[in-house]
Amino acid sequence: MAELTLKSVGKTYAGGVDAVTDVTIDIKDGEFIVLVGPSGCGKSTLLRMVAGLETVTRGDVQIGGRRVNDLDPAERDIAMVFQNYALYPHMSVRDNMAYGLKNRGESKAVIEERVAEAARMLELGQYLDRKPRALSGGQRQRVAMGRAIVRQPAAFLFDEPLSNLDAKLRVSMRMEIRKLQQRLGTTSLYVTHDQLEAMTLADRLVVLNGGRIEQIGAPLEVYRKPASTFVASFIGAPAMSLLDAHIEGGQLLLEGHALARLGNAAGPVTLGLRAEDLRIVDTGLPMRVDYIEELGAQRIIHGMVGDQALAVTDTHDTPLGPEVRVALDPARLHLFDAQTGRRMDKRVEQVSVPA
Amino acid sequence: MTDTPLNMVEADRTLVMRLRAWWSGETATPAKRVQFDRPLTPWLFLLPQLAVVVIFFYWPSVQAVTSSFYLEDPFGFGATFVGMENYTDALNSSEYLGTAAFTAFFCVVVTALALGIGLLLAVKADKVIRGAESYKTLLISVYAIAPPVAGLIGMMFFDMHMGPLKDLAAWFGYDLKVGINYWDTATALIVIAVWKQIPYNFIFFLSGLQSVPVSVREAALIDARSGWRRFWDITLPLLAPTAFFLLVINITYTMFDTFPIIDVIVKDKPANNPMTLVYKVYLDGFKGNDIGGSSAQSVILMGVVALLTVLQFRFLERRVHYG
Repeated sequence: MAELTLKSVGKTYAGGVDAVTDVTIDIKDGEFIVLVGPSGCGKSTLLRMVAGLETVTRGDVQIGGRRVNDLDPAERDIAMVFQNYALYPHMSVRDNMAYGLKNRGESKAVIEERVAEAARMLELGQYLDRKPRALSGGQRQRVAMGRAIVRQPAAFLFDEPLSNLDAKLRVSMRMEIRKLQQRLGTTSLYVTHDQLEAMTLADRLVVLNGGRIEQIGAPLEVYRKPASTFVASFIGAPAMSLLDAHIEGGQLLLEGHALARLGNAAGPVTLGLRAEDLRIVDTGLPMRVDYIEELGAQRIIHGMVGDQALAVTDTHDTPLGPEVRVALDPARLHLFDAQTGRRMDKRVEQVSVPA
Repeated sequence: MTDTPLNMVEADRTLVMRLRAWWSGETATPAKRVQFDRPLTPWLFLLPQLAVVVIFFYWPSVQAVTSSFYLEDPFGFGATFVGMENYTDALNSSEYLGTAAFTAFFCVVVTALALGIGLLLAVKADKVIRGAESYKTLLISVYAIAPPVAGLIGMMFFDMHMGPLKDLAAWFGYDLKVGINYWDTATALIVIAVWKQIPYNFIFFLSGLQSVPVSVREAALIDARSGWRRFWDITLPLLAPTAFFLLVINITYTMFDTFPIIDVIVKDKPANNPMTLVYKVYLDGFKGNDIGGSSAQSVILMGVVALLTVLQFRFLERRVHYG
């Protein structure tokens, strides 16, 4: 158990491609950090640099205060869980778990005890003598986790460990990973492209885009105050609707409709609206209905305001006409700089009712 | 065979099927079974293959077995039935036993060296990042050389008058006399045979190495500090199916396919040179015109090879892991 620190870490591949640029993260002891972003954002590269599977081009990686840039993966006191399990196919489940310990010269008694403990925790007891090929995907991933647990490492590194599992198993394994991590209190770094997985697992999220950090924060903080249009559209389902609007004479105008009185400077802005912050009402912003996604407990109405897409969550099931009226809570709207996409502070003064 | 091919038990699978499966890298489950409307249709498809097998394998085998019991006139005027005499003659001849001993020695040494060096080169080539393709091509290119040509090239290297290897040996104060000194000739044979076979083993080992999943190697990297340990514990067991396949192929190679090399090196040289059993079969039969004795030898050889193959499959295959 240890803290894990990345100091202005960068990675440039041989061809001159920058995969990761200037990433600084301080991870506290026992914290569960999720690196999330679209494919190619550098999240896996970052994780692999911590593991020692990729060299670090710039900056420092520290595990428990010790600079590990030049250490072999086996010397870094970490354990990694891979997307495709990476079990040794010729070894039994027991040997798979014990292999790392054997190489570190642990005594037989210690190895046996730790393997038994991990097997009990992961309910793998009856499979200890089987080969990986005789196990299901979920069981294999448990073995992979068992292999990580028995090492009692300073940090767990997870590289999209649930991506190969089916949807239902993914949800239950997600819960299991979280519970396990809380029980063991081991610092964890978890990579995923699934924003839902990221939200549910993380103590803190690190949203990456193009090799740079877009935002670090607790899941709710990131959800409620996305630092940029990128984070806003990546975190949350359905994605936040982003619309071109502008401020004129203290009024926020969307397609000619005044939405709120704002004290911000005049000019174009990007308006961010979460579907659940909007309501279908009798008088308000007019929206043409495109299609309706029925989710059971609620439905998501996708429509157009002018020529811009907007999604609204609705909990009623009354039939809707081709056009609906939408109301919004000005306290809940998000403003982003139209050029840079960075979040802007908004100064709400008064709600105006669009005609 | 039972109704579905999936029910085929291990024991039912013939040797040939297993080798085929290896060759094409198939898994334990055979391909989907095809149903024919008429019972004769499959036989029609099988006919060309069966014809080849019968004409080039069974027929000569039967011929060999038959003539091994006869003492044949060198000019083909007649044959006398002599029972097991050809066999007892061969097995009691110290010359035959000497050749058998050399064949065994040759087989073990060539197979071990060709496999070992091939594996070493493959492991090293697998790690090369820059110029990997040209490096591999250079190593593989030897495979394109026909065995007699390989023998000829080897002969030039070892030649008593102009061979550079003779000069090299002379530097160390050794007088290399290939074709005259028994063990010098043996060394030359082994070197050429190994050299010729390394690329083949190299190709298979390299592709075997590259089929080890990257993540498994990385997991091993985290689990074990020592590269040697990782190789021994993870890479080698995962290469075992490849290695076993190559073992079978290499033993066959040393026993039979080294014939042209031996022919080039030993032909026209003074007597008492080392040779393998196959070459002796040829020598006694076609040079010595002792068809009966030569047939008996080839039947013995057939038995030995069959026995070896069975042993390999029965005892070694069990220890081989199939992912």
